[in-house]
Amino acid sequence: MRVPILRQGPYLIASIQAAVTDEDLLHLGQEVVERVGQYRSRGVILDVTVLDVMDSFAARTLRDLARAVRLRGAETVIVGIQPEVAFSMVRLGLSLEGVGTALDLEDGLALLDQHVRRRGKGGR
Amino acid sequence: MDGETRVPICRDSDIILARQQGRALAAQLGFSSIDQTLIATAISEVARNILLYARQGEIILRPVSQSEKKGITVIARDEGPGIPDLTLALQNGYSTSNSLGLGLPGAKRLMDEFAIVSEVGKGTTVTMTKWTQ
Repeated sequence: MRVPILRQGPYLIASIQAAVTDEDLLHLGQEVVERVGQYRSRGVILDVTVLDVMDSFAARTLRDLARAVRLRGAETVIVGIQPEVAFSMVRLGLSLEGVGTALDLEDGLALLDQHVRRRGKGGR
Repeated sequence: MDGETRVPICRDSDIILARQQGRALAAQLGFSSIDQTLIATAISEVARNILLYARQGEIILRPVSQSEKKGITVIARDEGPGIPDLTLALQNGYSTSNSLGLGLPGAKRLMDEFAIVSEVGKGTTVTMTKWTQ
């Protein structure tokens, strides 16, 4: 099942389901990177609230997605990492280095707003 | 104790099936939700290793007990090419498939017991167990 990507103003929002396959995740990456250009999006929210397992493949795929999005001039924030998932990522030694994270969708949107404002003033 | 569950692994959706079944069994055995997630994540790592290196194999989920303790044993078995250097494969960051190389060492850190037997040309069997606290 493909991950749906919603457009909200200058941002794209993708909600990742629990049963997302490796192929779906890879496809999501390509799709998001394309749409950032198509819609001239300034930011991307990846909502993983219902994702019950973040293994090394998922972490690497989401990190790569965020890096590619940044090369296209937009910023990515991952929101909704569950407490259990956070513990397991720490135990696994997984980090999403360089990728913004926020507690939930609301905080993620606020983080993107801040980022866009900073960029507007010429800084990063 | 209930019998074991076998999940054949031959496509990426099987990884999800295996970790869902593993989580369900862990929940039945009384593991905390954090432990259920650690177990499901370890299953995800070893199941993906099967797909990456052997293309197919199976995950066996088995309830186990030792005196008062209850636990879950996860066996990941394939008849793939085998691993020539196990010490290297268990090192963090080592990978021949351009992954993060966290698969086996990661699974080992998530579980309480971890053993791997591999023979080049014959296949690989990972056996790992986690006990309820």
